[in-house]
Amino acid sequence: MRTVLDFEKPIAELDANIEALKRITAEQGIDKSDEIAALERDRERLLREIFKNLTPWDRTLLARHPQRPYTLDYIRVIFDDFIELHGDRQFGDDGAIIGGMAWLNEKPVMMIGQQKGRDLKERQRRNFGMAKPEGYRKALRLMHLAEKFGRPVITFVDTPAADPGVESESRGISEAIARNLREMIALKVPIVSVVIGEGGSGGALGIAVADRVLMQEYAIYSVIPPEGCAAILWRDPKRAPEAAEALKLTAHDALRFGVVDEVIEEPLGGAHRDPLAAAQIVKEALLRHLPPLQKMAVGKLRESRYERYRNIGVWQSGLE
Amino acid sequence: MQRGWFARRSPAERVTMDEMNDAWVKCNGCQQILFARDFERNLKVCPRCGHHHRLTARERIALLADPDTFVERDAEVVSADPLGFPEYADKLSKGRANSGLPEAMVSGTCTLSGIPIVLAVADFAFMGGSMGSAVGEKVARAMEYALEQRIPIVTCSTSGGARMQEGLLSLMQMAKTCAAAARLHEAGVPFISVLTDPTMAGVLASYASVGDVVIAEPGALIGFAGQRVAQQAQVVKPPPNFQTAEFQLEHGMVDIVVPRKELKHTLHRVLRFFTGG
Repeated sequence: MRTVLDFEKPIAELDANIEALKRITAEQGIDKSDEIAALERDRERLLREIFKNLTPWDRTLLARHPQRPYTLDYIRVIFDDFIELHGDRQFGDDGAIIGGMAWLNEKPVMMIGQQKGRDLKERQRRNFGMAKPEGYRKALRLMHLAEKFGRPVITFVDTPAADPGVESESRGISEAIARNLREMIALKVPIVSVVIGEGGSGGALGIAVADRVLMQEYAIYSVIPPEGCAAILWRDPKRAPEAAEALKLTAHDALRFGVVDEVIEEPLGGAHRDPLAAAQIVKEALLRHLPPLQKMAVGKLRESRYERYRNIGVWQSGLE
Repeated sequence: MQRGWFARRSPAERVTMDEMNDAWVKCNGCQQILFARDFERNLKVCPRCGHHHRLTARERIALLADPDTFVERDAEVVSADPLGFPEYADKLSKGRANSGLPEAMVSGTCTLSGIPIVLAVADFAFMGGSMGSAVGEKVARAMEYALEQRIPIVTCSTSGGARMQEGLLSLMQMAKTCAAAARLHEAGVPFISVLTDPTMAGVLASYASVGDVVIAEPGALIGFAGQRVAQQAQVVKPPPNFQTAEFQLEHGMVDIVVPRKELKHTLHRVLRFFTGG
């Protein structure tokens, strides 16, 4: 079943009308192309208008849109080939983080990404994209494998959070994330991360320490989900839209704070309206960012990655 | 001021509730009423049940640093309000009033039983010891100074996690502090992480977990997600000691659980392993 967000409803109505006219054209041979073209123009105007004025909460809903393309959808379009590799060699295999060998325009890369599920069964298997310690450890194992053979690493971020459950705590979810942060900063090969949906706090950062961090236009990146923030601030999760505003979680905010280096455009109406086009834009960005990093000497690469994170933060010198 | 307890006092001289509260404390563990002076002398550990109460950053420094050796560094690094976040300015003022500190972390150099170290200590009274840009900067600078001087660093955490009010900037302090820790790791400069009550979320999932040795205080709450979230998340029922120092020890996430009165001595022994003394 397709999900339609409230602010998408007028667009969905036009979609339905256009579909109906197309069906008439096809089934009855009556030419409706003028009407279709007019509706399509209306739709485009409406889309532009709606998407010009999106609130941070609208963007949160888009980032979580059930039809939004996920890591595996992008992999199918962006890479020539992909061999998924499984397991952390310590405990098990985590469906919430996938990884493996991929070829980007015939060049080998290590591809790692968080994966949500499309239907109930897959959502359970993927734990709603919430990785457990074994997921972060698998990711790190694959990064070290890439490092050993001089292959760059690409990571796709899309998670509400790391798994907060009892099992994950028992196997050291904090340690797994912390270790990734420490190891990724020192990795001897280039890393490019793309936030493609929800950048959920430490769970996202655990695979997103990189030389370049890119973020899709309607993705979000936040220290806490807006609902959690509202619960703490106002004891009212329903005030999440206000919290989304306060948290400055949009792609353009992240760019302004130096957390991401580039905002990747999405097709009009969001990536889910045209996943193929969305993937092409992401691919183009990867092809633009990777080669210069691959030309850098290892020392310089690691130095600039260190500086990148060392310089993020805003504080003041002394109290007024 | 020493006065007889039963001496007659004028109404103005009568012992106020505040003074009463100063003289007696209630243990958060066993709820017993304790004589404050005994409690303080016992390093805020309940003499009856052993419950370790929180120390302020200054108290922790006094516990670990040799007398008069602590020299504070980077005291000027304090929080701004980069997001213009609701109520943050107020919370910073309250945090400063509650803790008597300009920021949630105090860092500097000292000797510990004669061994020169960098010491960075969080204070829970300042916004729950949360890590924003200023705390991240202070941790990173402390680690960079340890690297430059080639002396061990000891951090003492007490924190609810990353500071929500600075949004993504707080989240990135996890990467920043781990970046600095990575350099210590590569250079072989010892990093000892002491986890005290509570060490949670973004602090536990960053620098506090990557020490060469991780030490925890007995009973300290140590975990990733708040207990409520953790319990909602899964059908697995948490054990009674869930997210305590002892739970983390049992699951291999902590090297040693050390009672407060032995903390300095243990740190000294551990430091000697690294510094060859």
